[in-house]
Amino acid sequence: MSEVTMRIWRGDPTGGDFENYTLPANEGEVVLDMVHRIQAGPAPDLACRWNCKAGKCGSCSAEINGMPRLMCMTRMDELPADQPVTVAPMRTFPVIRDLVTDVSFNFEVAKRIPSFAPRPREADGTYRMAQMDVDRGQEFRKCIECFLCQDVCHVIRDHEENKAHYAGPRFLMRAMELESHPLDTRDRRELLRKELGLAMCNITKCCTEVCPEHIKITDNGIIPLKERVVDAAYDPIAWLGRKILRRSRPPVLETETAASPA
Amino acid sequence: MPEIESHDFDVVVIGAGGAGLRAAIEAKGRGLRTALVCKSLLGKAHTVMAEGGAAAALGNVYPEDNWQVHFRDTMRGGKLLNNWRMAELHAKEAPDRINELESWGALFDRTPDGRILQRDFGGHRYARLAHVGDRTGLEMIRTLQQRAVAMDIDVFMECKILRLLTDGSGQMSGAVGYWRATGEPVSFTARAIVLATGGIGRSWKYTTNSWESTGDGDAMAFWAGADLIDMEAVQFHPTGMVWPMSVRGLLVTEGVRGDGGVLRNSEGKRFMFDYIPEMFAAETADTEAEADRWYDDHANNRRPPELLPRDEVARSINAEVKAGRGSPHGGVFLDIATRRSAEYIHRRLPSMYHQFKELAGVDITTEAMEVGPTCHYMMGGVRVEADTAATTVAGLFAAGEVAAGLHGANRLGGNSLSDLIVFGRRAGMGASDYAEGRSGDPSVDPAEIDTVLAEAFAPLGREGADSPYDVQHDLQETMQSLVGIIRTESELVEAIDKIGELRERAGRVSVKGGRAYNPGWNLATDLPSMLTVSLAVAKGALDRRESRGGHTRDDYPKPDPALGKINLVQRLVDGEHTITPEELPTMPAELAVLLEEGH
Repeated sequence: MSEVTMRIWRGDPTGGDFENYTLPANEGEVVLDMVHRIQAGPAPDLACRWNCKAGKCGSCSAEINGMPRLMCMTRMDELPADQPVTVAPMRTFPVIRDLVTDVSFNFEVAKRIPSFAPRPREADGTYRMAQMDVDRGQEFRKCIECFLCQDVCHVIRDHEENKAHYAGPRFLMRAMELESHPLDTRDRRELLRKELGLAMCNITKCCTEVCPEHIKITDNGIIPLKERVVDAAYDPIAWLGRKILRRSRPPVLETETAASPA
Repeated sequence: MPEIESHDFDVVVIGAGGAGLRAAIEAKGRGLRTALVCKSLLGKAHTVMAEGGAAAALGNVYPEDNWQVHFRDTMRGGKLLNNWRMAELHAKEAPDRINELESWGALFDRTPDGRILQRDFGGHRYARLAHVGDRTGLEMIRTLQQRAVAMDIDVFMECKILRLLTDGSGQMSGAVGYWRATGEPVSFTARAIVLATGGIGRSWKYTTNSWESTGDGDAMAFWAGADLIDMEAVQFHPTGMVWPMSVRGLLVTEGVRGDGGVLRNSEGKRFMFDYIPEMFAAETADTEAEADRWYDDHANNRRPPELLPRDEVARSINAEVKAGRGSPHGGVFLDIATRRSAEYIHRRLPSMYHQFKELAGVDITTEAMEVGPTCHYMMGGVRVEADTAATTVAGLFAAGEVAAGLHGANRLGGNSLSDLIVFGRRAGMGASDYAEGRSGDPSVDPAEIDTVLAEAFAPLGREGADSPYDVQHDLQETMQSLVGIIRTESELVEAIDKIGELRERAGRVSVKGGRAYNPGWNLATDLPSMLTVSLAVAKGALDRRESRGGHTRDDYPKPDPALGKINLVQRLVDGEHTITPEELPTMPAELAVLLEEGH
């Protein structure tokens, strides 16, 4: 059986270094399997976060051979077999231990975005929304909060000083999600412009490249958000029109339903 | 021991999945000082993995659906072992809770006229599951998380609770644990506590559950003197991935079958037609033609047998594999590729497409999946009072998977997400009422805290002996092989012996490294819960000498009507682990009549 060498960063806030672990390779394994086998063997104290092991919870983010990725969705057989596999913690966040970083920055930013505030219900007590009107929001709500987009974003990756006034791709996308929500009534434009640093994103699309959910963060999220905020600053009537002239009751659409599959 | 970090709240909620979040939102909304404590980061709890949807009789797709039909489906699915009052409250309140999520920002898939779309699932007579593709759990947890953030609830992330604490009056008064990042201890005093710690599946080798599902809530409630019921009722989901080995057990949503997927054996046969039990014969199609017509017309056709309740489907797959008609890696085939268009599969089942493509190299729009049973859900757990979610310990409440009763001997798919929000809210209300009316301020005993912490820290100083990973591994092997989907007396007796040995070994494990973010040590502190709960499952399984729902006995293959009227109650009495049969609560006649045919 062939062997594989994992080169894993071990350390804490005071410093650390890569350590090599050589293990037998098994068919179909992902990087997280290797970490688990190292924990069950030579290094039971190797720190790493994980939960679902299925790409759904966004806990096991790390930098694998230099690329921000989920450990549970990175198959060993897609990495070069002739060299060690390097696993390092996300660089944008302070290290707690080994592969675990302090991601509390993200939870703090989340608190700064004014929450969802819906318009009243229809007379029959329901909210009516057409599927085509929720498609965009649903794309952003696929986000598993792995924070890989935050990790790769060069505005904060090597610029700790920018964190105080820049929300990062995950939360600019969250703002666009609310902005495009058919029921939401709140205005977050000034906040985005003045406090959440929307203008600091210069659309290099690194965030889109690393998103494990394949969300088009830049094209569908940040760029339209920039347009809306610029509109708001320079053409308030156009913004208002978009916000209030939404269809309150959607037309009947020719979409499939559960009861009529293809 | 030196002074430790301590906090005082009115209500402390342990666990931040759907039930915990919903309970905390309720208590905070009442103006109470509320803490939410969780082992992982906020938003990562097991709820996030739920795929198919949340069952609620909204009647958006089938106007003839109503709470009475949902109640009936839930009770029959649970083989009538359910707490009838919980099933009634659940069926009645689920639609309001789903609509509430929408008013908090959830974006469910829509019907053509703009309402919440509903999908078919096993055991539900009508298309009833509100959903978002196949990532409904993520939508639910994110919506609740964002609501909790908007309400400024105090969240204690990556904080493991070790033990619940009662005061001299016997009332629940607090809890003690540690921060995972630093390993530093932390204690809470609380006027009421809600357990929302989820499941126990980590004790099996092939499971859909994450590392967190170690049964902490069941075990801590038991140690505090609360009753556990139905501990033998463990659900094996029929469809987990079977290959590659690294993902064996990973969930494949029932939505695949709800949306038209069928199960086939190695001969290509839709074998579920051979396994239709008498109880469901009247409502299950007996030809492929009728089954296929049902997807478009529920009124004039009966349901495909692939959508029988999960216990039936899991046992059938097990039997096919045992008979030598399995797939190459020991499962059966789940085929949606030949039944639905690629476009439809991409839209309805995007996560499943992604999961198989990336982890198994299988394109589910052109190939069949290989699937087999995997440990999924705990129907049993902490006994609660239906209306308030109160446990049998004053001041302690429980909701979600850790609580027992709603699902009886087998849970229907889709009923867990609605369980979380219906009973999460009720637990929040019950705990708030209790906290407001509590006599006397809660106090905790520092000496007891010192004892709990000393025990938790002990593995760090030990030399030699076992690694906690070895003990966990052996426990998983034991539960998988001896307390699995099909059980028998001799194996259960053997399991109980082995768990006894493992408890001794767990008491001697040693851990390398320090306290700060040390997964080996964290596991050592999870082992006592895992072992306590595993023992309770084995004991319950041994004493229930019949087959009912998720509990199948090779030596007692039929249900026993007498046992169908009792819960097996497990509790600590003077330090002794006891198990006692107790009568189920009696269902009122007006509900009992709903269970009969024709309703």
